[in-house]
Amino acid sequence: MLMIGEKSFHSRLMLGTGKYPTFQSQKKAVQVSETEILTFAVRRMNIFDENEPNLLEELDLQQYDLLPNTAGAKTADEVVRIARLARASGLCDMIKVEVIGCEKTLLPDPFETMRASVQLLEEGFTVLTYTSDDVVLAKRLEEAGVHAIMPGASPIGSGQGIINTMNLQFIIEQSDIPVIVDAGIGSPSDAAYAMELGADGVLLNTAVSGAKDPIRMAEAMKLAVQSGRLGYEAGRIPKRMDGMKSSPDTAMIE
Amino acid sequence: MQIHVNGRQMEVVKDSTIGDLLNRVNIQEKLVVVEQNQQIINKAVYNQTTLTDGDVIEIVHFVGGG
Repeated sequence: MLMIGEKSFHSRLMLGTGKYPTFQSQKKAVQVSETEILTFAVRRMNIFDENEPNLLEELDLQQYDLLPNTAGAKTADEVVRIARLARASGLCDMIKVEVIGCEKTLLPDPFETMRASVQLLEEGFTVLTYTSDDVVLAKRLEEAGVHAIMPGASPIGSGQGIINTMNLQFIIEQSDIPVIVDAGIGSPSDAAYAMELGADGVLLNTAVSGAKDPIRMAEAMKLAVQSGRLGYEAGRIPKRMDGMKSSPDTAMIE
Repeated sequence: MQIHVNGRQMEVVKDSTIGDLLNRVNIQEKLVVVEQNQQIINKAVYNQTTLTDGDVIEIVHFVGGG
């Protein structure tokens, strides 16, 4: 079971809800993924176009825990404003702190990320902080009291997979709070690998919503996360520099 | 009087409330959060919260995101 703050979850896959080709494919992909946590963004409502469909009306919210993000914020103050708005919906007290510090790489601003996380903790939020794979920042965030660390595998939406395995391993080893690998996952093997390394969960969006068939990819990701977790729990064999026979050397046929 | 709603100017009658505004833009049934001059307004008091000239109103909701 994955414990985040006061809540426990069977699924270790968290799914973003952005950029699906259709509401139908999104709804089906969410179902098939068996995720229990969905992420959202907070935006101005287009009140001048009544026909704009509302995503939340398409999903049965009772089935999910909602994890709104603060995407779009560039400062801690903007994060706090978005987080308060999200909580005022009455639907959630979790927040994914996300402060982009670089438009090209979409990497987070570590200073604003820390400030925002501390402020939201003071306000009683369950704080899941999106961060780079910086080992020391992850430690500092944990010491500040965040409920989960969400290091990126690689830049958001890049599909590059885990580009710094060593840093991710350091973060996983040192953390006593859940580590959710967020951003950059491209394929099921990326998700499985993150789980094999000992991550507590994976959060992804584009890898599913941008796939040729998002519904099948949602299933693939579900299985990959389960498989990677099982592999981690089972304990992989050590790597060797030379070969070792699997078949016996004895009782050879002569 | 003039107020700003989600970045656009709107003319509203004096003493109208947040509730009136939501009715007018036809979204009272939907899941939204309203901010008046950066203060979040509790749903329970939409009909008692009056608008004043120059108010900056944000009506927000959840959209898809990762």
